[in-house]
Amino acid sequence: MNLLDPQGPVAAANSTILVDSVFIMLVIVVPTIFAILAFAFWFRASNPKARYRPEFVYSGRVEMVVWAIPALTVILLGGVAWIGSHQLDPAAPVPGTGSPVRIQAVSLDWKWLFIYPDQRIATVNTLTVPAGAELNFQLTSSSVMNTFFIPQLGSMIYTMNGMVTKLNLRADNEGKLQGLSAHFSGDGFPDMMFDVNVISPLAFPDWVASTAKTDAVLNADSYKKLMQQGIERGRPTYRLEDPRLFDLIATQHIPPGPGPELASEAGRSHSGGHDAR
Amino acid sequence: MLGKLDWSAIPFDQPIPLVAGAMVLVAILGVLAWVVVKGHLPYLWHEWITSVDHKRIGVMYILLASVMLLRGGSDAIMMRIQQAVAYQSQGYLPPEHYNQIFSAHGTIMIFFVAMPFVIGLMNLVVPLQLGVRDVAFPTLNSVGFWLTATGALLVNISLVVGEFARTGWLAFPPLSELSYSPGVGVDYYAWSLQISGVGTLVAGINLVTTVLKLRTKGMNYLRMPMFCWTTLASNLLIVAAFPILTATLAMLLLDRYLGFHFFTNEAGGNVMMFMNLIWAWGHPEVYILVLPAFGIFSEVVSTFSGKALFGYRSMVLATMAICVISFMVWLHHFFTMGAGPDVNAIFGIASMIIAVPTGVKIYNWLFTMYGGRIRLATPMLWAVGFMVTFIIGGLTGVLVAVPPADFMLHNSMFLVAHFHNVIIGGVLFGAFAGFEYWFPKAFGFRLDERWGKAAFWFTFTGFYVTFMPLYIAGMLGMTRRMQHYDVAAWRPWMIIAAVGMAVLTIGVICQIMQLVVSIRNREALRDRTGDPWDGRSLEWATSSPPPVFNFAFNPDVRGEDAYWEMKAHARQQSFAHEEPEYQDIEMPRNSPTGFVCAFFATIMGFALIWHIWWMVILGGIGAFATFVVFAWRDHDEYVIPAEEVARIDRVNLEERRSLVSMAGAV
Repeated sequence: MNLLDPQGPVAAANSTILVDSVFIMLVIVVPTIFAILAFAFWFRASNPKARYRPEFVYSGRVEMVVWAIPALTVILLGGVAWIGSHQLDPAAPVPGTGSPVRIQAVSLDWKWLFIYPDQRIATVNTLTVPAGAELNFQLTSSSVMNTFFIPQLGSMIYTMNGMVTKLNLRADNEGKLQGLSAHFSGDGFPDMMFDVNVISPLAFPDWVASTAKTDAVLNADSYKKLMQQGIERGRPTYRLEDPRLFDLIATQHIPPGPGPELASEAGRSHSGGHDAR
Repeated sequence: MLGKLDWSAIPFDQPIPLVAGAMVLVAILGVLAWVVVKGHLPYLWHEWITSVDHKRIGVMYILLASVMLLRGGSDAIMMRIQQAVAYQSQGYLPPEHYNQIFSAHGTIMIFFVAMPFVIGLMNLVVPLQLGVRDVAFPTLNSVGFWLTATGALLVNISLVVGEFARTGWLAFPPLSELSYSPGVGVDYYAWSLQISGVGTLVAGINLVTTVLKLRTKGMNYLRMPMFCWTTLASNLLIVAAFPILTATLAMLLLDRYLGFHFFTNEAGGNVMMFMNLIWAWGHPEVYILVLPAFGIFSEVVSTFSGKALFGYRSMVLATMAICVISFMVWLHHFFTMGAGPDVNAIFGIASMIIAVPTGVKIYNWLFTMYGGRIRLATPMLWAVGFMVTFIIGGLTGVLVAVPPADFMLHNSMFLVAHFHNVIIGGVLFGAFAGFEYWFPKAFGFRLDERWGKAAFWFTFTGFYVTFMPLYIAGMLGMTRRMQHYDVAAWRPWMIIAAVGMAVLTIGVICQIMQLVVSIRNREALRDRTGDPWDGRSLEWATSSPPPVFNFAFNPDVRGEDAYWEMKAHARQQSFAHEEPEYQDIEMPRNSPTGFVCAFFATIMGFALIWHIWWMVILGGIGAFATFVVFAWRDHDEYVIPAEEVARIDRVNLEERRSLVSMAGAV
């Protein structure tokens, strides 16, 4: 999950900006730290060679320089931020080979549901994508906030109930990656890690076809069961009954997840999670 | 009768909070018993609890902060151990417990450690630096302190009665709404912050008024010590920002108590509104904390370099620039919400702009040291340690202000490392520097240097060993608040961080040892001149500890670094050793208003948390009645007769005078 080992263009651009910004700042920071230590050492009271200059308390030239150094650094970095923000807007297209794959991600308590509306399949806690294709994500949440993040593909984004966020990514190399939720969402939060399988574009249709043969069906009813609080250790797959399921969730036609089932009225409510531990 | 409260609220099945709570309770009862048996109760009541003396209140703030630092630190130790062991296992803390710990850790460290520490130092020092006898509203000051203590007490009660929030320290909805957090945890969180928030707000109003209205003769704005300027800036931010917090939490409470829909998923509630509001308070809050620390470092660097602060006016400008810009950057806390590139870029750049005045400050401290005669006493060590550490924190801060970089680092361990880098390296180092620097002023004896230096080195090293690995873990994709994880690459860094935590703990122990050893050797460490560090500002112009009226005569200020000027002046003209003409001094009377008010506020807060409505009414009426009784008081001041002033002032007048006239000889 190393951020400096990007597996797609977005992550590569993000981490380039990250590293470049650090180096721009190090140019200023390293000499400054060195100067602090050097001054503190050289001007120690016990050093007879250091000249005591109590009258040196203002210098227009020095002030010019000390305002200019951080200001120039910030102007440079501000440019990086402005251009970077526009080029790497999560909603900006990331052209790839072949036709884009639409994926609708829903954060549930405490698992990820990935709906492939065009392929009419859905998976939980595992995301399978073809290498090289543009991945168009639409994201929402069934209940509380989460953040969708695959570190080696780049750019995380919030998922919020009743709202849809957009993110475009691309995975360039076949292999296994990991994703996670980067926004605390309750007791089962650490188990919201998911697998990302980047497979060859040729194998993708086969994977779709085999997944479509699954017996389990995802519709409003089975979705409501799935959104109960709990941790999913398996990797279930579904046939998608209605490709508009995501819209029903995002527009709250399916009401938000229920939260913990109340054990008692008392203040110390035990977590309603079925498998919180 | 007791609302939601019953025996199930006590966690008999969870040994850790129960034992911890029992130990704290025994300790408190033990101290209380000792106080009563030894007959110290009247002293405590008259001299401390009902005191409206800004110095006493400052000391009590710092004591509160120190006690809560131990509590928040214990939470930190438990979290570091959990993340070190919870690799492919559940560790020793179940999620419902771990989640309370990190929520309480953040809440406590910000609201009940950092805030009271800096407010305590401002209270203690600012009136002295301004050359005045008290703050603008002495009784209000006491109310502010006791309401803060109420908040801290409620947070600690949640350890044994009920639970604390499991939502993180900012309690984001919808997780903090009733449907997802039905327990009392969020209520404990919200009510303790509402009550202590009122305390902070009145402290802010008080200190702003003090700086603006109560300055001694000749102390115009551009002669104020830097710490007074940063106090002004910080408290202006308190006055502007804390009402936002109060309003935001009030809306959350309306959602939870009366079925409103400000931030719920349903019925048009909007979580994004909460994010905006809480950070509109939350970002100024970090500057509320760090600006006073900047002020402390300005005083320390200048004093221990034996030079006036370099570029004073530039520093004033930088301080006020930070004060204003800090209100314009809150959105950088949620670049990942998908707001769009223009919004993100503008707030990213605004955030970077704050780095300019902050950088200027660093350079001005640097040039203050240049050509100085630097004594590396403990406060100066903290200052140099701060400068080095804070630059690194600033670097990573500017880095996460670049939106595309933040898209990778948001909410990660990298972020955790960043804000600890600036809060520990900035605020805590500043608080410790101020503690070491002003302790002799507050208590009349210096702190032991050997233990002080040991505390610095262990804390400094411990900080790096703990938090540098967290930067790396963040670069490896690790997000914050994970109760357990299965990623092998994160493990070694979590173990190193736990080792660092042990080193930090040794630092804290050294700090405690320093206090113990210094109290034992207090006679040897006694400060008879009132000026142990060869200081430059007016707090050093009076005895240590200062008399209740601070100054027998309000000083006449003729330039920057007022006391330094006086010392230089006295050197040139032979100092007149005649007895000054003392006069009567009027001082505000002690008042139990603050304590009684807070007593009723505690009852009311507890009752609100547990839905015990009759008790809410009782507490509310009690607090209001206390205020009414105070408002209708007949006598609010008492007179210290001139002979008494003379008697108090004469005690070490000669020593202070000889110091002033001898100063040039060194």
